[in-house]
Amino acid sequence: MLVVLFLVAAPWWAGRAELRLLGEIYLYLSLACLWNLMAGYAGMVSVGQQAYVGFGGYMLFALTMFVGLPPIAAIGVSAVLAAALAVPIASLIFRLNGAYFAIGTWVIAEVFRLTFAQVNALGGGSGTSLPVSIVKSLASSRSGRESLSYFLAIGAMILVFVSIYFFLRSKRGLALTAIRDNETAASGLGVNIWRTKLEVYVVTAALTAAIGGLIFLQKLRISPDAAFSVNDWTAFVIFIVVIGGIGTLEGPIIGTILFFLLRETLADYGSAYLMILGLVAILVMIKAPRGVWGWIAQKYDIELLPMRYRVQLDK
Amino acid sequence: MSSLLSVNNLSKAFGAVRVADDLCFDIAEGEAVGILGPNGAGKTSLFNLITGALKSDSGTIYYRQADITKHSAQKRCRNGIARSFQIPQPFNGMTVFENCLVAATQAGGMSGSKAEQFVVEVLDDTGLLDKSNIKSGSLTLLDRKRLEMSRALATKPSLLLLDEIAGGLTEAECGELIDSIKRVRASGTTIIWIEHVIHALMAVVERLIVIDFGRMIAEGDPETTIKSDAVKEIYLGVDGGEAA
Repeated sequence: MLVVLFLVAAPWWAGRAELRLLGEIYLYLSLACLWNLMAGYAGMVSVGQQAYVGFGGYMLFALTMFVGLPPIAAIGVSAVLAAALAVPIASLIFRLNGAYFAIGTWVIAEVFRLTFAQVNALGGGSGTSLPVSIVKSLASSRSGRESLSYFLAIGAMILVFVSIYFFLRSKRGLALTAIRDNETAASGLGVNIWRTKLEVYVVTAALTAAIGGLIFLQKLRISPDAAFSVNDWTAFVIFIVVIGGIGTLEGPIIGTILFFLLRETLADYGSAYLMILGLVAILVMIKAPRGVWGWIAQKYDIELLPMRYRVQLDK
Repeated sequence: MSSLLSVNNLSKAFGAVRVADDLCFDIAEGEAVGILGPNGAGKTSLFNLITGALKSDSGTIYYRQADITKHSAQKRCRNGIARSFQIPQPFNGMTVFENCLVAATQAGGMSGSKAEQFVVEVLDDTGLLDKSNIKSGSLTLLDRKRLEMSRALATKPSLLLLDEIAGGLTEAECGELIDSIKRVRASGTTIIWIEHVIHALMAVVERLIVIDFGRMIAEGDPETTIKSDAVKEIYLGVDGGEAA
């Protein structure tokens, strides 16, 4: 709690570069939490979440430039649009299982990328920048804008994290975990598998799009290759979740911290940085297949955020 | 006698293998029925057809006078048909308590502390309460079988289907299991029980249905059915007339 308050107050104690880095960390953590909900809890391993990151980013640009919505409203609307779009996409890719599902989601993301690259009004293949008048509408001064986008990022992260926590604690979360462990038994116990997965997929799509909007509100420039980058928005996110501990709430936090530590210390080494990331991933998979948090939790039998239902036996 | 479940001309085949061949029978409200048959006779497939895990090729299933033949497994379960799996299928990553809580909150339609209290009662009854907080993946065979039954009971079923729940247990364990099944029965739940452990089955059921190659070959009072020629023939591989 104290840590969160301390971080919320960052604009008053941190410099511009730190603020920007922290904002990026929060947005990555949000993406990691969302991916973890889909893959770790609902068993849907998607490698196409960049579809919604990019969609959210592009919708922010389109809605502010052509419809004249204020940026924050545009992000809200793009989340709703992403949810609406996710329903027909889900009905298509839910027919696929396992690896086929993963590849299907990637194909969908590529379709998104190629589609947006055709839109000349948004700069086609080379992309576009957010017009100055819109940027100015956020806040008149540069520092005001930077603290606003910081607050939006930390707010989004808290919203994502808290909603996932309460979702998992609910009846539906329990049903979701049951599906992950054994689909046959879950459906035999009255769990509506298709509907539960659809809910998760759609909510994840909406929130991912909102995060995408925030990411590109920070960058102020968008292009199809950056918006729908499988490396930036999916590979790194998977790295974070897998290293931290998939299927745990704490995992993405640990993973994000580790990822940014590695990135900030190794950024100067160019491609060696990516090789070291790969090496770390391999090491963790051999030594702690359930991620760093999975390993800690198993060794010391602790949970920072109690998710389990426990029976008080002495009662 | 009102019938709770009514199976009419039910058939199902996997290629040339017939697992259900024109099956017809009724189960009355509150009845306990045993199903007997050699391996591969189609007993578990029959359960899969009743619970909706398998779709039938032809025939109908009526439950509480309503046609449920086309209903999904989860809908049937919410309407009160629960089953235990022959090979236990626990949610390995979850505790015993959570396993049952899924059943109580999904199929049972309960929520909050009411659901939790009910699960505690069920676990107390099946003897698993002291293992509530253990992950189900680390349970012994007996406890896994108990969990199968607890989970089915946590859905508050009207019709309970038990699939070889006594197989592989010791005499003492089997006795405990029979006691808890008798208690379930006494509470008014209708039971259909597939079992190879004949003495356990005989202690509980009041009617026996014998199946072979998906066909019903004998039906009736347990004592007389088990001594019938048809049963001797399939189990002992002899001509019934000679053995008698």
